[in-house]
Amino acid sequence: MKIKQISLFAENKRGHIVSPVRLLAHESIDIRALYLADTQQYGILRMIVSDWQKAAETLEAKGFTVKVTEVVAVEVGDQPGGLADVLAALDSCDVNIEYMYAFPRFRADKAILIFRFADPDAAIACLQAAGINVLASEELLK
Amino acid sequence: MDRVLETSAANCHPLSIPDYTPLADLRALQLKRLQIVVERSWNKVELFRKRMDERDLDPGDIRSLDDLAKLPFTQKSDLRDTYPFGLFASPMKDVVRLHASSGTTGKPIVVAYTQEDVNVWSSVLARCLAGCGLHHGDIIQVAYGYGLFTGGLGAHYGAEKLGATVVPASGGHADRQVMLMKDFGVTAMCCTPTYFLHLIERAGEMGVDLKQLAIRAGVFGAEPWTDSMRQYIEKASGIEAFDIYGLSEIIGPGVACECRRHQGLHVFEDRFYPEIVDPATGEPLPEGQEGELVLTTLSKQAMPMIRYRTRDITRILPGKCTCGRTLRRIDRIGRRSDDMLIIRGVNVFPSQVETALLDVEGTLPHYQIVLTRERGLDQIEVQVEITPQMFEDKIGAMQEVHARLQKALDRVLGIRAHVTLVEAHSIERSEGKAKRIIDRRTS
Repeated sequence: MKIKQISLFAENKRGHIVSPVRLLAHESIDIRALYLADTQQYGILRMIVSDWQKAAETLEAKGFTVKVTEVVAVEVGDQPGGLADVLAALDSCDVNIEYMYAFPRFRADKAILIFRFADPDAAIACLQAAGINVLASEELLK
Repeated sequence: MDRVLETSAANCHPLSIPDYTPLADLRALQLKRLQIVVERSWNKVELFRKRMDERDLDPGDIRSLDDLAKLPFTQKSDLRDTYPFGLFASPMKDVVRLHASSGTTGKPIVVAYTQEDVNVWSSVLARCLAGCGLHHGDIIQVAYGYGLFTGGLGAHYGAEKLGATVVPASGGHADRQVMLMKDFGVTAMCCTPTYFLHLIERAGEMGVDLKQLAIRAGVFGAEPWTDSMRQYIEKASGIEAFDIYGLSEIIGPGVACECRRHQGLHVFEDRFYPEIVDPATGEPLPEGQEGELVLTTLSKQAMPMIRYRTRDITRILPGKCTCGRTLRRIDRIGRRSDDMLIIRGVNVFPSQVETALLDVEGTLPHYQIVLTRERGLDQIEVQVEITPQMFEDKIGAMQEVHARLQKALDRVLGIRAHVTLVEAHSIERSEGKAKRIIDRRTS
């Protein structure tokens, strides 16, 4: 149920996100989810893409510094309280979230939450026990 | 300044009398002292004796000043390799002071002084100040750092020896420096030239006009500076600016200094014998030709230096100075033959940066040192290209990497260098090699 996410280092300067994104487009790689975490100096661009291996290879070949990590995707109803239920479940199992980002209206009335956990397997077990829909890679990318 | 310019031993400051020693007497004194110091080093310093043996030389071979050229050189790496006390010629019980300055790696180089060495140091510094027209009665503020660095205590003892009133302000706290200058009626300042630029600016912001204060002279050293910087300083503050030269390995500040003619720096050559050599071959160059300055301490006890390679590029100026001093002059130093950078008076080597980066990451990332000058103060930035080993996709983890690099550099350099993480391959390479130093300081 773990999903590969690729992260890349980008300086916090104008135009520094364009070239990696364009490279992926050129290889017909679709970006399904994206989040930019930034500091004053630099940013970390996190992406879930249609073909992570090809994306990582393409970017590395062009000299980008890439890291592949495993994240967990959760589907919730796109309505008030959707996120709160998931967080409450994780809290009750004492699972630590390293970071998260969200995509509202991913499908009709569904939102997607992407989590990075210190212990993803424990988190998946916890979420599934609470009846929360953890997405497999194929479901997220279809 | 209103005082009459000195022209001979008859009307000079009493401490300056040795500056006017007749040439024949000076050369005889130098030879006598050279023979004694060579003998002392040969007896007490193992490394020197070994090098003399390799050349089949002994102290008896020094029969004239020209014979100096036969002797082996000493260089900074010798101090590093024998760290901390390997070049001492006096037992520790006779050493009254230790100083240290940054070397090419994490370890500093250590220098030692007997009481007699401290006395000589004070006297040459006092001769520097006297040559700048300062006297008993002047109030001298010392804004060099006090501590292991030779600048602060060196200038302090020299100013006391002169009989001046010393304000030991040490470095930093620009507002307080300006306040002291104003409230104490300070007449002269000893600090690095860039720090004085900073004080000029700070005084302006505080509404203090330096031209209205009692200060009339500045004795600036510990880093190279230019004539255009001098013109700026003199115009902005109304003082007369003097260039002073020295290095810890020889004694600290006080090896050479300008007189009021400002035509080169007089070397106190009754104590420090200057030669100019070809930096590539080590061959002595004729007078007037530019090359590397090599210095021999003629009377140092705790740590004599025979033919020390300063890496500073200069020349011995031909002819006699109109001040009447018989001491030869060197040109102002503008560059070095190695890659050492002098930032706010602190020696920084690119290799130190490499050492720090290697310590943290285990591999050497591409890096670049960028020097800038902000508000008159030199700033150093170290740009480090991110490597896959360093890169983490969590901000917190990246901040830890950044903090680790910052800490390692602070420890090795002794001054703050701002670390910036940059993208891989973003530092320009020429012929495959990254350009290590970008100097954007304009004089």
